[in-house]
Amino acid sequence: MNNQRFFEKYAIDIEFDLVKIRQVVRKIAKLMQFDIVAQTKLVTAVSELTRNVFDYVGKGEVILEEVGDSLKRGLKITVIDNGSGIPDINHAMSGGYSTSKGLGKGLIGTKKLMDEFSIQSEVGKGTEVVIVKWAV
Amino acid sequence: MSQRIPIIKIRENLIVTFISDIDDLTALKLQKDLTQKIHEENISGVKITGVLLDLTILDMVDSFLGRLISNIAQSATTMNANTVVIGIHPAVAITLVEMGLELKGAHTALNVEHAFELLDDLKAESEEIVE
Repeated sequence: MNNQRFFEKYAIDIEFDLVKIRQVVRKIAKLMQFDIVAQTKLVTAVSELTRNVFDYVGKGEVILEEVGDSLKRGLKITVIDNGSGIPDINHAMSGGYSTSKGLGKGLIGTKKLMDEFSIQSEVGKGTEVVIVKWAV
Repeated sequence: MSQRIPIIKIRENLIVTFISDIDDLTALKLQKDLTQKIHEENISGVKITGVLLDLTILDMVDSFLGRLISNIAQSATTMNANTVVIGIHPAVAITLVEMGLELKGAHTALNVEHAFELLDDLKAESEEIVE
């Protein structure tokens, strides 16, 4: 049996999509019975990641999935874009790019809020960030 | 889709109540409107000395909003007005701290009454320095 309970996709296209995606994440986090602090962290994290996509690439996609097994449940959020990619992720994650709009700061902050964080980026192809928060 | 957040003037203070689900454009517009309003009031003879930002309705403050609030506070400071933030939800406060974000330049108070007391104190302090 598949443990995945839902799988939803949302497009990042216009500025207001950022607000809409935040609302959806809040609603799902509530339904999954995350406490108010975890809900807020999830909404904040998704806000950071979707804004990076909107500001630097313009368009992208967010995938929300419920993951886990009988022992633990979590919300996995994947944020993907087909932009020019981040040339040096380590540099970005060490705060090196936190100049103009604060790409690095948003990513570092997001990592701190989540239980799991991974980022993959290929120059010319795009970036994929995956975050997971486990419900207690 | 962007809206306009009203700025209310009470004596020498400007009061802003943030709306829920604020989008980036509305937030940026507020920053511009507020500094403009301080300037307009100042040249019309009402010296604005305090800015009160009510964040009660906000269920999240990310790095963008955090930076915006800092920017508002710092521009107000350069125009000789103090900024006090009220109504930060505990979950928002925890998230801000864990992300390592600070609302630089802004003071905080428990409620509107406290905020006004604080603004009065800060104003008195700056007047002392001037003397």
